Amino acid sequence: MEIAGYPVRRLRARIAAGIDLPLLAIALALSVLGLAVLYSASYGNVARVANQLTNLAVALAAMWAVAQVSPQRLARLALPAYAVGLALLVAVALGGDVVSGARRWLNLGIVRFQPSEVMKIAAPMMLAWYFHRREGAIRLRDFAAAGLLLAMPVALILRQPDLGTATLVAAAGFYVIFFAGIGWKVLASLGVLALASAVPLWGLLHEYQRRRILTLLDPSQDPLGAGYHTIQSTIAVGSGGLAGKGWLNGSQTHLEFIPERHTDFIFAVYSEEFGLLGNSVLLVLYALLVARGLAIAAQAATLFARLLAGAITLVFFTYAFVNMGMVSGILPVVGVPLPFISYGGTALATLFLGIGILMGIHRHRKLVQT
Amino acid sequence: MSFAELRNYDRELRAFQLRLGVAGLAVLLAFGLLLARFVWLQVLQHDAYRAKAEENRIAIVPLPPSRGLVLDRNGEVLARNYLAYTLEIFPAQVRDLEATIAELSAFVDIQPRDRARFRKLLQETRNAESLPIRTRLSDEEVARVAANRWRFTGVDIKARLFRQYPYGETASHVIGYIGRITSSDLDQLEEMEVAANYRGTDYIGKAGIEASYQQELHGVTGVERLEIDAAGRGIRTLSSTPAQSGNNIGLTLDIRLQEVAERAFGERRGALVAIEPATGGVLAFVSKPGYDPNLFVDGIDPQSWEALMSSPDRPLNNRAIAGLYPPGSTFKPFMALAALELGKRTPQSTISDPGYFVFGDRRFRDSKRGGHGTVDLHKSIVVSSDVYYYMLANDMGIDAIASFMKRFGFGARTGIDLDGEAAGVLPSPEWKRARFSRPELQKWYAGETISVGIGQGYNAYTPMQLAQALATLANNGAMFRPRLVSHVDNPRTGGRRYREPQLARQLQLKFEHVDFVKQAMAGVNLEGTAARAFAGAQYTSGGKTGTAQVVGMKPGEKYEEDKVAERLRDHSLYIAFAPLEGPKIALAVLVENGGFGARAAAPIARTVLDYFLLGKLPREPRRPTPEVAVSSDAESD
Repeated sequence: MEIAGYPVRRLRARIAAGIDLPLLAIALALSVLGLAVLYSASYGNVARVANQLTNLAVALAAMWAVAQVSPQRLARLALPAYAVGLALLVAVALGGDVVSGARRWLNLGIVRFQPSEVMKIAAPMMLAWYFHRREGAIRLRDFAAAGLLLAMPVALILRQPDLGTATLVAAAGFYVIFFAGIGWKVLASLGVLALASAVPLWGLLHEYQRRRILTLLDPSQDPLGAGYHTIQSTIAVGSGGLAGKGWLNGSQTHLEFIPERHTDFIFAVYSEEFGLLGNSVLLVLYALLVARGLAIAAQAATLFARLLAGAITLVFFTYAFVNMGMVSGILPVVGVPLPFISYGGTALATLFLGIGILMGIHRHRKLVQT
Repeated sequence: MSFAELRNYDRELRAFQLRLGVAGLAVLLAFGLLLARFVWLQVLQHDAYRAKAEENRIAIVPLPPSRGLVLDRNGEVLARNYLAYTLEIFPAQVRDLEATIAELSAFVDIQPRDRARFRKLLQETRNAESLPIRTRLSDEEVARVAANRWRFTGVDIKARLFRQYPYGETASHVIGYIGRITSSDLDQLEEMEVAANYRGTDYIGKAGIEASYQQELHGVTGVERLEIDAAGRGIRTLSSTPAQSGNNIGLTLDIRLQEVAERAFGERRGALVAIEPATGGVLAFVSKPGYDPNLFVDGIDPQSWEALMSSPDRPLNNRAIAGLYPPGSTFKPFMALAALELGKRTPQSTISDPGYFVFGDRRFRDSKRGGHGTVDLHKSIVVSSDVYYYMLANDMGIDAIASFMKRFGFGARTGIDLDGEAAGVLPSPEWKRARFSRPELQKWYAGETISVGIGQGYNAYTPMQLAQALATLANNGAMFRPRLVSHVDNPRTGGRRYREPQLARQLQLKFEHVDFVKQAMAGVNLEGTAARAFAGAQYTSGGKTGTAQVVGMKPGEKYEEDKVAERLRDHSLYIAFAPLEGPKIALAVLVENGGFGARAAAPIARTVLDYFLLGKLPREPRRPTPEVAVSSDAESD
């Protein structure tokens, strides 16, 4: 069979090229689950589900495109992407100061969103590229340099202030440093140092960020804001029980006790309606995703690809862990969505971009193509 | 690769894979921790949480604060709140909205525009608990619905505070209006981390002071813990933290002066900005036509919205800060000051004005046929000689003009405390290069400098910029950032926070130069182009008329007013300050398609100054100067 003179078999091969089926299957399973939860969370609003379906289509297209790119070509993009992202972050930091009216502040706010989102991928790419260039001769000072490269965007995002994104970027960079082989002793002493510096760091946090952490200890302090979120989402999770209350039957959800139930708190909806069984399925899916990602990292051809694949995989884990932890009340409320489930186009696109990168790395796992 | 290198590589790879293993273990551990937490919540504590969910009868009800007032400089209330009953529908609890609305209309009067507005609100708002189908119910309607309350689910009567603007259209572009919080508003509030404080609040400032001081006006939302029954109705209050009402905003604006100014415009379109030079406080701020902000407060109905949007007069356009106009001859006093400061002219030097200026093969005409004869700098302002400024601009060059005018704030936002200010265009070769992409359009021509010299050409400024520049001149070079708000009052503590005057910059100008220009502007009002408009004034003042071309005319072409359609007629401009010594007010007036500056804009300024300085109200009705044959000097712009 032919379409416009092009054999269908070759067309199919062309489309399927570079697509890693296990990864795609897991990501799609999560996304479909997300659509079902979204339908419940929006009280049967088909328009919102359709909207997310469009987002999914766009994200899949982005994934496919990136999956075609070899890690070698990706590596060449690392420095420009990082430099542009950093420049934008600096521009936002400088421009964000002298504004009086709320709206003007927000005009900048819309711009600010983009560079920090870019950094979720650009920062680990940059660090991986750096270590790749120093391959075979990585010393302690290289880890210090990488730390500096990471600290700049993280500090800028933290200042914006956006604790959720800063956490994710910092985690992504840390994973690269970890996989690049930073010494265990150095790591341990850094950990001790981090604990010791928690006190002065507290002073650097914004008032609302401090409040969020304090709220974790005593949610009743902030009954209209984050505290209320935690109280209600914990009740939703707990009342879900073993098998859940059933799809569309969550009383916490449908009596409007769950705030931000489409986005950051969608796990509360899921957990209430599908219970411990549903939660276990979700954990297994995420664990499979991580396992596949780590396997790809293990087989990757170059140091750059190895580091990037490892870091991206662990970022997926971080998303999931931080979000579920915050909804179930063991982590502070920061703006991190549940990967592939939460409503929102930008987050979904970034996630599938990550999947695409993993696929590209896996496709080019052999240095010499046969 | 050598054998040693290969072995080295192998070792590194194994180290990496070890770390992957460690990471995998850590992930399993973390997920194990989550699983443990889930087991704790969903199995071990399940009974307790199920009970909590079932007894989740303690609704946390936000108590929205009452919005702060907006007052003028004399304490006159410009925006206030009143209590009224609304009939509201909870969309999430209603299965068939249309049927419910039809049933409700048996008890209360529901017009098609109410339905249309309700549908619009339904589309625009997300996560809304309830939406009004009818507002401002009469007592009788309240009683009727209450008696039949049992027939309906998801319908309730609520007492709500409504915003009211007692002055209607007057100062609408200053005060602005509030409207329902839309999805995009909510996103912005979330970005700003203040969304929690807006729970229970349905309205937010959309324009004017209502928008730019939204955070001050809003207040702090209170919390009530309410015990509710299975249907969600409140039984008793368990505890409550009262809301703290928003702060009151005191304006520098004088609403009486504002009324006088707006009435002076009549039906004409245009803008007026009056500033107190010593502080930057805005005394009057007109953009005509205005609109009735009361239309917006319970959600504007689509018909009124359509009418506002499709009107060719564009009433929602804030001409005073977003309208861009060439300044015309009101630019000349600043050009004269530039000439003195840069040493390009002395007060004594004269030119001969034959009524035109030839540059290359182009002929730039004067607005007075035959010219003004021998003209010195003083006379050039008083009679508004174009030829004088054609020559001056040509001698100064565009770079010198642009860099001098930039210091007066031309072509930059003044930073007034309103949203939506336009920057305007201060023409220069750099600007042109950046503005146009085609190389042949990027080149700056010397002929363009000549047009710029009389305030035409690419010049485009807001009336606000013009008023600020004049206030700076009147203030001998001290430029204050214009502002509408003088203080913010906290109604709970009675505390008052003043917004101190903010010196934007101090221009270094020679006093005798500034004084010379001011005296020439005094001449305009005594014996020059504005002499008719200022005949018999009981105070000293300085002014300058201006006329801004709407259609580009070829040089040498004679302009004939009655042949040009009304919308293509020239804009009329006038700037003035008074009194001459220690000016208390500086203003810029623009009348769209008003023709000569002396005819339309100057009389409005006179009316405003008479009221501001003497408390004199204009004789009603004050018509614009009738269009009879007038002396050529007065008619020359």
